[in-house]
Amino acid sequence: MIMNSAQRALDQLRSTRVWKSIFRRGPARTNRTRSLAVFGNLFLHVLPVKVRDKSLRVRATYYLGSFSFFLFLLLSVTGILLMLYYHPAVPQAYRDMKDLRFVVSNGVFLRNLHRFGAEAMVIAVFWHMFHVFYRGGYKPPHQFNWVVGVGLLLITLFLSYTGYLLPWDQLAFWAITVGTNIISYVPLLGQPMRFLLLGGHQIGENALLRFYVLHVVILPLAAVMLIAIHLWRVQKDGGLTVKEDHEREK
Amino acid sequence: MSEKNRYEAGFGSDAQKEPRRIVFITKKTSAKVKGEVGRQVMSYPQLILREAIAFEILTIVLVVIALLWDAPLEQLANPLLTPNPAKAPWYFLGLQELLHYFPPIVAGVLIPGLVVVALVFIPYFNVNIQGEPLWANHPRRRLNLFLGCIVVLLVFFGIYHAWTVIIPTVVISGLALTAYVPAAGRGRFLEFLGSRPLSWWVMTWFITVAIILTIVGTFFRGPGWSWVWPWR
Ligand code: HEM
Repeated sequence: MIMNSAQRALDQLRSTRVWKSIFRRGPARTNRTRSLAVFGNLFLHVLPVKVRDKSLRVRATYYLGSFSFFLFLLLSVTGILLMLYYHPAVPQAYRDMKDLRFVVSNGVFLRNLHRFGAEAMVIAVFWHMFHVFYRGGYKPPHQFNWVVGVGLLLITLFLSYTGYLLPWDQLAFWAITVGTNIISYVPLLGQPMRFLLLGGHQIGENALLRFYVLHVVILPLAAVMLIAIHLWRVQKDGGLTVKEDHEREK
Repeated sequence: MSEKNRYEAGFGSDAQKEPRRIVFITKKTSAKVKGEVGRQVMSYPQLILREAIAFEILTIVLVVIALLWDAPLEQLANPLLTPNPAKAPWYFLGLQELLHYFPPIVAGVLIPGLVVVALVFIPYFNVNIQGEPLWANHPRRRLNLFLGCIVVLLVFFGIYHAWTVIIPTVVISGLALTAYVPAAGRGRFLEFLGSRPLSWWVMTWFITVAIILTIVGTFFRGPGWSWVWPWR
């Protein structure tokens, strides 16, 4: 009873002129309006209008790609909130961490969300890649989307790595020291590359600022672009691969 | 052929509304390899709803974790006070473990570089697109080749005493070898192993080694990168 009247009220709302002017359609009651709901919407139109119901099963993807994407969204929101309390300066950055813990309401919670979300995203992206491999999701015509994926993997790792320095505590400082020392082993280009990344020979204020700019501007922008291409290509390549597609006939 | 007339000239305006499907069957992939497309459903609401549920589950789990545990924060960074051992973020600890055995140019540059190149090239090796089992054709020749490769790898790892790499390599190649004996009627697991293609074995080996190196680097390495038991 209540459901019915709620449904009717919603349908009535969706039939109003204002609703239609915003969403360019009435209630999604027919397949035509359901299609319009997808390709008439800037954000949804990277998705296909129809999907194979095999590819909707949990076992088909474990929603790992979706989880990677949602983690990126959550990290963007919590990251922007963290930016309100953070200065990329030595030693103010560390004091900001202390303030998040002791002064800002729910500051620890916010930082925890961002930190654990980041760890989860690294795991989700790796797992997604391996799962795509095992179901043959890289085979024609999906080859290029796999390459886009490798780009996303590198960006995800680099995002996590640049974020690691920002708290400016012992953990951050020495982890980045270990990592950037490896760069200097690259023949010829090693030293210049390390200098470019750190803005000097030591990890100091310049390095913190560069890592910050990479972490909050350059890498997220690159990630947004590649994710958009990635999702759109899933649709253009004709939808997802499910395991049976490449299993051999017995 | 009774429908023939419907598509003749004169009904031209109609023809556009009745699209016909043309199928190309190329030599590379047999038409059989691609399974049935099966039933299709509308993304809105079927897909959107599931994605929304996935998002909610993720958010709830993450919030619970963030309420139960706190992100680490140590003392203010001090360039003069080197912790022992200094560890990279956990996802690079596999590399750091390799760095312990191999010269830096191999562990720090060559291996990660080759891994990235290999990943990029995976979809462009169209050698075994149907996924034939490793031992399906020319089993003798393949066995010799396989054993040769394993011996070369093990000798290389052995020179550097990289035993956290050697152990998983021996285990995985051992499993691949048990699959050499025809598996029919030897149980589901062995039959499964027997049906796996080479690419599956290589990837599974890679993932196993990577996970073991990461776990060892994270929990089992102490001062001077010596072996420690995490529960001691
Ligand atoms: C930020 C990282 C990433 C995001 C947000 C992302 C997102 C997605 C989503 C939502 C899908 C469709 C659903 C699914 O398979 O779960 C997908 C499919 C796919 N992803 Fe990713 N992905 C990421 C990283 C990667 C990586 C690292 C690879 C591999 C190197 C990859 C390769 C692919 C391929 C080939 C497909 C199509 C699979 C098929 O046809 O079955 N992606 N991705």
